[in-house]
Amino acid sequence: MASQCAAPAPSAATGDARLLEVERVTKRFVTAEGAITAVDDVSFSVAPGEFVSIIGPSGCGKSTLFNIIGGLVGGYEGRVRVAGDTVSGTHPAIGMVFQEESTFPWRTVVDNVAFALEIAGVAKAERQERAAHFVTMVGLSGFERRYPAELSGGMRQRVALARTLASKPQILLMDEPFAALDEQTRLLLGDRVLQIQQQLKQTTLLITHNLTEAVQLSDRVLVMSYRPGRLIRVVDIDLPHPRDSEVVSSQRFGHYVAEIWHDLRAEASRGIAEAEARVLQGGAKP
Amino acid sequence: MIKTWLASRGGARIFGGISVVVALAAIELLIRVGIVNRFIVPLPTEIIAAIPRIIVDENVLHRFWQTAQEVLWASLLLTGFGISIGVLLYRFALLRRACETWVGALAAAPVVLMYPLFLVIFGRSATTIVMIGFAAGLAPVILKTTEGLAGTRRVLLDVGHSFRLTRSQQFRKILLPAALPSIFVGLKLGLIFAMINIVGVEFLINFGGLGQLINELAERYDLPGTYGAISFVILTSIVFFVITERLEQWLTPAH
Repeated sequence: MASQCAAPAPSAATGDARLLEVERVTKRFVTAEGAITAVDDVSFSVAPGEFVSIIGPSGCGKSTLFNIIGGLVGGYEGRVRVAGDTVSGTHPAIGMVFQEESTFPWRTVVDNVAFALEIAGVAKAERQERAAHFVTMVGLSGFERRYPAELSGGMRQRVALARTLASKPQILLMDEPFAALDEQTRLLLGDRVLQIQQQLKQTTLLITHNLTEAVQLSDRVLVMSYRPGRLIRVVDIDLPHPRDSEVVSSQRFGHYVAEIWHDLRAEASRGIAEAEARVLQGGAKP
Repeated sequence: MIKTWLASRGGARIFGGISVVVALAAIELLIRVGIVNRFIVPLPTEIIAAIPRIIVDENVLHRFWQTAQEVLWASLLLTGFGISIGVLLYRFALLRRACETWVGALAAAPVVLMYPLFLVIFGRSATTIVMIGFAAGLAPVILKTTEGLAGTRRVLLDVGHSFRLTRSQQFRKILLPAALPSIFVGLKLGLIFAMINIVGVEFLINFGGLGQLINELAERYDLPGTYGAISFVILTSIVFFVITERLEQWLTPAH
């Protein structure tokens, strides 16, 4: 059910095919306090149609890994490959959903969702029709002509998700998209994501620090250590499909959460202790 | 009920109109009871009565059109050059670090006092007036354009990168729309500075539209006529503001 990752190596993905491969990726940043290794020798792979989550404490390099895989950050050691193609910069097969609110405030919902199609040169009538399909898919039918300022935080994140899905990415890469939402909304949006993932057989890599979210949504959870960010454990989530938020009340769900928390607790405690020590030493923010 | 009515656009306009009438009535009263000297501030009713006279005798509509044309040309120059320079300062960090303080200083400079220099360069003509208006309004347009572009949220640019936008698409589809509200603030400020200086220079060099008329009427000590002409300056300002606001509403419908 779970495997330790003492020496990180490509983990066994479901089946032989590997759509996304992250091979021995290391990223260092030079700061005023010296060099910091944000991500250290991380390797894993994701199979087509698989939903994988990466979970770790704050400061473990999750978002750095997200930016590396998405092609927004360069200058790292190792390699990222999509369907065998080495990624350098952004890759058309990868669609990204960001943690921060990222809808375009000057565009209506449907125009936001149609953005990628507009860039691709799709005719207006066709892109509006295709965008409307994805708006319905994320449950925002009736809100097509509204502006993001008229929507709640959860609705705006669904617009961002629909915008990315409309570009038909092979891999959906999400960085804590529901982090700013309350727990109930987060669980219900998780249901929506699961429905979409099952409907589209969408390969998905989710970066999160939320245990419930990771177990609720994933086929596999990769646990990262606090700085430097290393993969310390892989947990296969053997919960039935199709799944929804009802699963959180099951005994097995609780077992998975407890198992991941067992590893994460020590890392999160270390992260908090180091952040506090830095504040005491140099007045830096935690 | 009243709150709902006041919150509506029509209600707000009517309330604004009533406020102006009340203010004018209060001034009228203060002058009539002798608290305000009527040889300094004429009665609002006298100013209103003087308007038909200055329209007929002083050809005020023609002068209004002259000033409006100067403001229009200055606005076009401000939009073209101000936004372009703002984009340049955003694009080249070294240029921005080198020039931003100077541009800020220009915003505070009394450009109107440089009118003799402009007279030497452009002669006693409308060009001088337009160029002074342009110079006076340039700084806020540049600064607010740069600020708007630099203030674009990082995540929006990342979205653009994730969709593999070209540099030109990134500018047209993300940076410019994100910066538009700030750019319009700059344009409105620039327009105010330009208008003040245009009318001021017309007054100083006794040339052109409403500023020259105000000068002439003031020298004749025709106070109702002078204030009547000033109300046409306010009208010019209102016309350009309404046009700018309509343009802003059209270009940034979500704001």
